[in-house]
Amino acid sequence: MNLEVLVFYLFASITVAAAVMVISARNPVHSVLFLILAFFNAAGLFLLCGAEFLAMILVIVYVGAVAVLFLFVVMMLDINFAELRQGFLQYLPIGGLIGVILLVELALVLGSWTILPSAGGVAAAQTPAIGDITNTDALGRILYTHYLLPFQLAGMILLVAMVGAIVLTLRARPGVRRQSISAQNARTKELAAELKKVSSGQGV
Amino acid sequence: MTIGLGHYLTVAAILFTLGIFGIFLNRKNVIIILMSIELMLLAVNLNLVAFSAALGDLAGQVFALLILTVAAGEAAIGLAILVVYIRNRGTIAVEDINLMKG
Repeated sequence: MNLEVLVFYLFASITVAAAVMVISARNPVHSVLFLILAFFNAAGLFLLCGAEFLAMILVIVYVGAVAVLFLFVVMMLDINFAELRQGFLQYLPIGGLIGVILLVELALVLGSWTILPSAGGVAAAQTPAIGDITNTDALGRILYTHYLLPFQLAGMILLVAMVGAIVLTLRARPGVRRQSISAQNARTKELAAELKKVSSGQGV
Repeated sequence: MTIGLGHYLTVAAILFTLGIFGIFLNRKNVIIILMSIELMLLAVNLNLVAFSAALGDLAGQVFALLILTVAAGEAAIGLAILVVYIRNRGTIAVEDINLMKG
């Protein structure tokens, strides 16, 4: 039993165990923390596959952004989570049935498939030999040349998602007094003060 | 014994099934449902990377990168919708989201 096998089973078992805890934890904060653990170990699996850049991106984007976003939302919102767990076991049979059916289907697919020996020769972008250039370098070379359009579209998706999230959560609060610089600059002496001639012995 | 494509595909299949299972198990809690979707997308990414490594084709990693982008956008939009919904209704129970039924 060599080191690669040992490391693979370590990462894989922790990933699956953390995924089980994500969907069964009583407290959503614990769910998010187990999700982070699952992401970290999936990043380890990516490393084992030789996809170093994606492993680092997984840690940075998923753990650093998405999971922290989840953590913020879970902690910010005041929700009675105990009430939401009512009927938790009610959906267990149907969910378990569908899960088992799906797993059996996937097992059937996994058990009966083979890759054509000639399939290795039709790679869209051949992975360069290890030690030639790094994974990040190789990925960048095809990402900015051959896959430029999907890359730009991904950027557009992020832009639209950002604008959408801001538009959804932005709200104009009534009754907030904000500074209006144009209104301040438009004020003249006549608008600001009014001089009245007050005759003696009488009020204004 | 060496680790091949089948090992990675098995892990990804288990992760995907757990994601589906989580959606059914936590029918009332939108946050856990979103996390289950993240798990399923992670399983898909694992599949792409495993095939990319097995076939020596770097294109799989490019598309894993694109899925990562979509997952990040989906999480941001989903959580934004969730925040707006809680602001309006004060709950995240999925059964109460029936205003658009007509």
